[in-house]
Amino acid sequence: MDAFSHLLEQLYFTSGNKAKAQLIADYIANTPDPDRGWAIAAMAGTLRFEFFKRNTVKKLITEHTDPALFAMSYDYVGEVSETVAHLWPYSEPSDSLPTLTEVVQTFASVSKQKVSETLAHYLTIMTPAQRWALLKLGTRGLRIGVSARSIKQILADYGNKDIKEIETLWHAVTPPYVDMLSYLEGKADKPDIENAVTFHPVMLSHPIEDSDINAFTKDTWQIENKYDGIRVQLVVKPNNAVDDKTQKGSGSDGDESEKALFSRTGDDISHSFPDLLESVSGNMVLDGELLVIHNVEHSNGLAKDSVKKGGSNVKAQSDDKGAFASSATQPDVDTFNALQQRLNKKKPSKALQSSAPVGLIVYDALVLDGEDLTDKTLKARRNALEEWFQKTSNSRLFLSETLNATSPQTLRQLHTQVCQNRAVEGLMIKRLDSHYVPGRPKGQWFKWKRDPLVVDAVMMYAQRGHGKRSSFYSDYTFGVWEDSQLLPIGKAYSGFTDEELKKLDNWVRRNAVGRFGPVREVKKELVLEVAFDAVHPSSRHKSGVALRFPRIHRIRWDKPASEADTLANVKALIEG
Amino acid sequence: MHPSTWLKTDDTGLYCEPGEFYIDPMNEVATALVTHGHADHARAGHHRVYASPETLAIMQTRYGEDMATHQHAVAIGESINFNDVKATFYPAGHILGSTQILIEYAGYRVVVSGDYKRRHDPTCPPFKVVPCDVLITEATFGLPVFKHPPIEHEIEKLLHSLRVFPERCHLVGAYALGKCQRVILALREAGYAKPIYLHGAQLKLCDLYKQLGIDLGELIPVSEVADKKTLAGEIVIAPPSALADRWSRSLPNVRPVVASGWMQIRARAKQKNAELPLIISDHCDWPELLQTIEEVNPKEVWVTHGREDALMYQAEKMGFKAKALSLVGYDEEEQGGD
Ligand SMILES: [Zn+2]
Ligand SMILES: [Zn+2]
Repeated sequence: MDAFSHLLEQLYFTSGNKAKAQLIADYIANTPDPDRGWAIAAMAGTLRFEFFKRNTVKKLITEHTDPALFAMSYDYVGEVSETVAHLWPYSEPSDSLPTLTEVVQTFASVSKQKVSETLAHYLTIMTPAQRWALLKLGTRGLRIGVSARSIKQILADYGNKDIKEIETLWHAVTPPYVDMLSYLEGKADKPDIENAVTFHPVMLSHPIEDSDINAFTKDTWQIENKYDGIRVQLVVKPNNAVDDKTQKGSGSDGDESEKALFSRTGDDISHSFPDLLESVSGNMVLDGELLVIHNVEHSNGLAKDSVKKGGSNVKAQSDDKGAFASSATQPDVDTFNALQQRLNKKKPSKALQSSAPVGLIVYDALVLDGEDLTDKTLKARRNALEEWFQKTSNSRLFLSETLNATSPQTLRQLHTQVCQNRAVEGLMIKRLDSHYVPGRPKGQWFKWKRDPLVVDAVMMYAQRGHGKRSSFYSDYTFGVWEDSQLLPIGKAYSGFTDEELKKLDNWVRRNAVGRFGPVREVKKELVLEVAFDAVHPSSRHKSGVALRFPRIHRIRWDKPASEADTLANVKALIEG
Repeated sequence: MHPSTWLKTDDTGLYCEPGEFYIDPMNEVATALVTHGHADHARAGHHRVYASPETLAIMQTRYGEDMATHQHAVAIGESINFNDVKATFYPAGHILGSTQILIEYAGYRVVVSGDYKRRHDPTCPPFKVVPCDVLITEATFGLPVFKHPPIEHEIEKLLHSLRVFPERCHLVGAYALGKCQRVILALREAGYAKPIYLHGAQLKLCDLYKQLGIDLGELIPVSEVADKKTLAGEIVIAPPSALADRWSRSLPNVRPVVASGWMQIRARAKQKNAELPLIISDHCDWPELLQTIEEVNPKEVWVTHGREDALMYQAEKMGFKAKALSLVGYDEEEQGGD
């Protein structure tokens, strides 16, 4: 545990990816199995279980310290684990700290009632730095500025392999990675992953530039809506081919397929979306957008004859149904706001599954009917997908609609038109001859996001930031006018430069008029131009609206507060 | 008359009405009592200044001989009358020349403690517990997460790093007044006898310390080192801001070290790009703040610059009446000699 804590400490304060990689490689080379494997899992975020809940930690610290002082400390430090590491009131340093593996095994086997007691004991025998390492590890909250991809790269370099080899292995092997590590060290054969459900690293797009738009030519690009959901990869394998010892995937019992849903970064998020997974079977890897889609249920199992074709448009269906719309069921897509209630839910209730059912708008296929398509062009993959959709019936899969533009000018028009629909985030523009290449290859795929919405609001309250920013008033609550009264509509803590932050902080300090705990009320004089992606009706806010991802766009030092926007202006921007 | 009726804060600072003076004012005033030389307490341009001889010397070094029209040196323990108000200066243990000021008026005793700490500091006499009705205390590190380790422990981290990375120039960011000299003295106490190299901004104040009889050992300005490569494996002390600027690029293979009380918090250390954070502070940590309130045992605690909320809460929990005193201009990090 001490070596691990030491590694984290060094990683934390070392800048530069190269130096960090050296430190990790050195740790892997000099640490025995299985400790190093658990450390890799911790750093790459693949530890499959939590040692203890964040709540257990909070309860423990609440029982042993003053809750108000804890709250104020946390507000300053900005991070629970570090706050607890410093505040834990008992210290009996021990020479015989447990190894990392012992810690993992202890928490894997300890009975529920003893978790808290075990944790308390460890905290007492550890230094603040070791406590911090334990708490981050135990709640799976380790952030060391080294991405999972970098860890894979480090492992690839360590074993003198190509990173793609590690990436395909990755989801088929489990911590503490003894087999993989001995393979990398040339002491064993490559682990067998033939039939495992694994994540395939995804292909990503670049933000489009004006020059790209100007260079647009017809028949070279596939144009689609950029949906406002989350990018996922659906992997399905026929069950009979699956090896017993590969306990991967999340297909439910008795199902004929092994399947998993991965986030864009390769996190397995299957458990949150049983409704989608139950509905699919086959042998494929699909790339698509996960969304709340309301008309998935009615056709479930009944509409055998209806072939689903993806459409962009939400409830208010437009006339322009696109190339394949005539025979298709259009997905009734809801907003990101609706999807949000499904994200990070370990076990969504039946009620939630039926009030917010999810579906997938499919825009690409890496594998279809067991055939690898990644070396084919997008055009060929698209054709294969269309054929597949013709012969397959699934109530939760929709084919992404393609759109038309013939010149830079018509492309711009299309963008303007598409962005009027608030459920769409813009356009995706992909080269028809692009192969499916993991990573972000240049000049292949572009995203063209909608312009943000903006309102002029008045700063009402300010609060100190967390961590780096804890000496600055950097979190601002802003409001808009309703009659002669300001109603808060949101909070922003980004969008300004360091220089602007200093000015804002200074302004807050000079114009503070009141205080509620850590919150400063300020004179209602400063206008902030706030940008955001969407407005939603909200019953939780007095103003009745909630903004999505608000950030400070400009500081209007020049503008009188009386000229800021009204609540009616804001409500007019509500989508739908 | 209760002090809240005659001791007030305004945009300039803390003002004693019956005595017609400010303490540590931010703007130019007629009469200023200055607790110590840090820039967020001592400003130039007052008509009359009362401060310890060391603080006056520091102000002259920083702002010039004519930093105030009338400069009155006040000895430790000495009392001065302003109308019906009596002001007495006592040691605060913060930096060279630092004082707290006892103000007596209308049957009340108020202690303005300025910045202070309770640890040993070879450059100044220890903080004196002065009984009073109202204690005005700072709260720079006024949160229970702040527990400063012994300075020897932190200096050992630096010496260890020098052994592990003998090829790297250890560039220590330390505030020019107080922190810099404390780090040097702690290195000397730990047996480090080699010359220590200084950024230009640290020179004048180190010279002043030497003039005032504090032995800092051999100090060499970096500007006088012809071949900067020879600074590999040496200690260079510079203002924290210099760690990030171009100046440091002339040094060989820099290992950035920062000496500050804030270094206890990871995000802060990271923000300063410290590869080696040293937790060295010239302020009280949380236990010292509580110890002081307990020992001074005032009727009321007024809390100024820093983390007022937590300290007020804790003081009330300990049975003291507490309130926040909002003072302008205290910049806890940039000027405050953390
Ligand atoms: Zn100060
Ligand atoms: Zn100070």
